[in-house]
Amino acid sequence: MFLTHVRAAGTPLAQLPVLWLAVTGTIEWFLDNVVGPIMDLLAEVLGAPMLGYPFMQRAYLAAICIAVIGPLVGTFLVHREMAMLSDTLAHTAFAGVAVGLFLNSALSLALSPLLTAFVVAIGTALLVELLVEHAGAYTDTSLAMVLTGGFAVGSILITATDGGISVGIDAYLFGSLSTVSTANVGLLVLMSLVVVGLVTLTYRPLLYVTFDATAAQAARLNVRLYKRLMVVLTALVVVSAMQIMGVILVAAMLVVPVAAAAQVARSFRQSILLAILAGEFAAIAGVTLSYNYGVAAGGSIVVTALTVYVATLAVQKLVPSLRRLGRLRPGHSEAGLKADGGENE
Amino acid sequence: MTPAASKADESTGSLISVRNVSFSYGDVPVLDSVSIDVEPGAFLGLVGPNGSGKSTLLDLMLGLRRPDDGTVSLFGEPAAAFDDGERIGYVAQDATEAGRDMPITVREVVRMGRYPKRLVGRFSAEDRRAVEVAMEQVGIADLDTRRVGRLSGGQRQRVFIARALASGADLLALDEPTVGVDAESREEFYGLLEDLNAAGLTVVLIEHDIGVVTTYATEIACLNRQLYFDGDPSEFVETDALAAAYGKDQHVLHHDH
Repeated sequence: MFLTHVRAAGTPLAQLPVLWLAVTGTIEWFLDNVVGPIMDLLAEVLGAPMLGYPFMQRAYLAAICIAVIGPLVGTFLVHREMAMLSDTLAHTAFAGVAVGLFLNSALSLALSPLLTAFVVAIGTALLVELLVEHAGAYTDTSLAMVLTGGFAVGSILITATDGGISVGIDAYLFGSLSTVSTANVGLLVLMSLVVVGLVTLTYRPLLYVTFDATAAQAARLNVRLYKRLMVVLTALVVVSAMQIMGVILVAAMLVVPVAAAAQVARSFRQSILLAILAGEFAAIAGVTLSYNYGVAAGGSIVVTALTVYVATLAVQKLVPSLRRLGRLRPGHSEAGLKADGGENE
Repeated sequence: MTPAASKADESTGSLISVRNVSFSYGDVPVLDSVSIDVEPGAFLGLVGPNGSGKSTLLDLMLGLRRPDDGTVSLFGEPAAAFDDGERIGYVAQDATEAGRDMPITVREVVRMGRYPKRLVGRFSAEDRRAVEVAMEQVGIADLDTRRVGRLSGGQRQRVFIARALASGADLLALDEPTVGVDAESREEFYGLLEDLNAAGLTVVLIEHDIGVVTTYATEIACLNRQLYFDGDPSEFVETDALAAAYGKDQHVLHHDH
């Protein structure tokens, strides 16, 4: 018995659960011993007791992670004019959640619905990309069909069972702070490390393919691979952020901060940094508003992000007029961020 | 490609060699048994009516598509297997539109020329120098921190040329690069191409403006599914290839740019 166990643990597949336990263990330790005390300290210093509550600590950490990976991947997505893909994948991820809940109920399993959501969203992302490779272009119609189709399958699966599983669906649809478990945050932190790592590693080809895919192909970059990577990253981000943002609103985190940053950024690298800054502001302010007024977190984050967008739009319109008045000279308004996007890439 | 055919290509020394190539999109034939060679140092102008297969032929030449029939070799290798990305510079048809809303600087675009060699890792001194020299060469060094989308059409074209130069490309392929660019900038742009060609860069240009092609190209190919003409620009204007390719009603150019 012991021997077979050891032998099984020797195969790479059997090591996965062990590895997973090690990872979640590390993250739990990190939450309890690093994030917790820091937040407790902040709670006292800022006089904000909510920062001391473990569920709010988890919510803030989750929001901070989402606001890094959402705008990071969203910047590539938006500038490839594929913003709708994030919304489509979010709605099919809902079907993934429903599949997980359905399987658990039907077969008495204990799968995490997030796991099935990842599988379904990544599968859909690759399917959409394959369809595009075949047809040559993203079309509104096909995305709308996949989006509604995913949602339809989800709603059927949820109503097909005895009703027991519809509990908790609201949390997935609209997002929720209180239902974010330690395991969820752990998964989100891990996903953030994976996404940030992959984007850092493939920043150059992703940028080239986003900007000029044909020239990238002529320069013998593996355009197909990077396009697929981009949609898979989108699926990862959307599912990771779904818990807090909700299925219906999660796409906003990949789009709104990016649109705001594109107004004022002087380079692509700067636009990523500014989008993440805008995202962080929206996420932290949104979670705080959500707690203080007892309103939905996802909605608060999106409304804050839209406010930032409107503000940048106003600044963008206003600054040139001010410059014309001679109060500002071009080149004097850029803060510490380096505009050329070059040397440290 | 058979080894014998490959050997023949090398012996002719062509940079691009297209042999009896046919291509169709589904049931729609686009190219029918086209053969053409591009010699090192040539400036080939590719002309033909809309839908004549010019862009498809260019894609085939660069190995971006595979022919249904026939062979294409690029730098003496089968085009699809050729993988020295930095030797090929490409300026797309919609290059004047590209990046209009994207916050990306001139320098960020020109640096892409080094990406085939340096997909990850820090840029070397040589990489950085190549970027600077390329920007100087096309006269955009002072625009380096500007957003590409906020440049004029003519300036933006130079950015794409600089990207090709930064990579050290031997071959520059351009697909109707000056659509939407004003006449004066176009003259300057083609003057620049002429200079670069004189310095040894091989140029393949798709251009709807036949006047431009006959002025600057050293070789003209006139295409409409089949090749109607391939040779010297001065001979081209005297043949009826143009009328044949464009249809009987078309008369040979009256051009005054």
